[in-house]
Amino acid sequence: MRLEASDLACVRGGREVFAGLRFAVAGGEALMVTGRNGAGKSSLLRMIAGLVRVAAGRLALTGGADDLPLAEQAHYLGHQDALKPSLTVEENLDFWARYLGTGDGAPAALAAVGLDTVAKLPAGYLSAGQRRRLSMARLVAIKRPIWLLDEPASALDRAAQDRLAELMRGHLAGGGLIVAAAHGPIGLEGARELQLGATG
Amino acid sequence: MRDLKLAGRVGGGAGIGVLFFLIVIMLTPFAIGPDLALLARIGPAILWLGALLASLLTLDRLIAADAEDGSLDLILTGQTPLELAVATKALAHWLSTGLPLVIATPLFALLMNLDSQASLAVALTLLAGTPALTFIGLLGAALSVTLRRGGLLLTVLVLPLTVPVLIFGVSASNAAIVGPLPFGTPFTILCALTLVSFVVGTFAAAAALRHGIE
Repeated sequence: MRLEASDLACVRGGREVFAGLRFAVAGGEALMVTGRNGAGKSSLLRMIAGLVRVAAGRLALTGGADDLPLAEQAHYLGHQDALKPSLTVEENLDFWARYLGTGDGAPAALAAVGLDTVAKLPAGYLSAGQRRRLSMARLVAIKRPIWLLDEPASALDRAAQDRLAELMRGHLAGGGLIVAAAHGPIGLEGARELQLGATG
Repeated sequence: MRDLKLAGRVGGGAGIGVLFFLIVIMLTPFAIGPDLALLARIGPAILWLGALLASLLTLDRLIAADAEDGSLDLILTGQTPLELAVATKALAHWLSTGLPLVIATPLFALLMNLDSQASLAVALTLLAGTPALTFIGLLGAALSVTLRRGGLLLTVLVLPLTVPVLIFGVSASNAAIVGPLPFGTPFTILCALTLVSFVVGTFAAAAALRHGIE
């Protein structure tokens, strides 16, 4: 499996965010997207997830499940966590697990991020870090080969960051592919770096 | 699709909608005065207006709430066709606001001095017509989703489109009460409007959401 971009350009609100971007990520590899604020890190991830129009260039996935569009093979974990405050933790995850996948594996996923003790609590009572972890549980509950993570380590404590790194390593070892936007290290050794907003 | 439960629990607008409906209906006799004959004559129209405003009340949260918390992003990346997803959302909206209105109508019709046959007729037209309001509103909600304060724009966009539904809804009710037109003709057109709005509203809303991706 291989995700390839050539001469990719992004225009938002009439302003060119980046242009002429090229990169390739293969299965089992991680790509770290770095750059100053406003350089287009989130836009790039949203573009891969099909939430931002590709203004120019080409974005292609080869070797995946051919009949599915790229967006349906990717997990997009953005700044907003898509949680309904009045539903419980369990119901929130269950809903997305059913909507995005087959629905099984939700309880195991909650345990994997250490939220099984608060499963019956309405999601509105969760702290920022716990909400983040609940979003992470989505990655585990539904199997999709591409993970698009936008600052995945924000608001997480040290233990949860380690847990996230472990999840990511497991995903890479299983042949998965990660594109992550981050400012600091997120615990992935050997990840290639793509710097946005530089002169090139 | 768990969207039904989600919308039902999250929206919580059902009670508010019925309450708003009740207040509009309650206020009318006070505003117009104790003229029972007049009340009975304009009763169906007032009930319809109340239902229209009550269903608009919660429409702006229909998609905007999902857009704000990021759920819309995930809905777009799901394998379920977007048309089906928005149709389910609209159905959930109707079940939580439209249906309670229909159920409450016979009760509220008493306030408008309508007899039982007339109130039944109004309830029937509302049952057939309120889905149309929801689906037209769905289109408006999808169009105004990217705007910060889209609620007002939504109202301005949607209200003119609901005019035909209003016309045929009220004329069907009036036909049942005073005649001389048969009830069937306007009622059939009302049903047709609902079906058309179901198809057009769903596909147009999905297209609007896809186009709204920027």
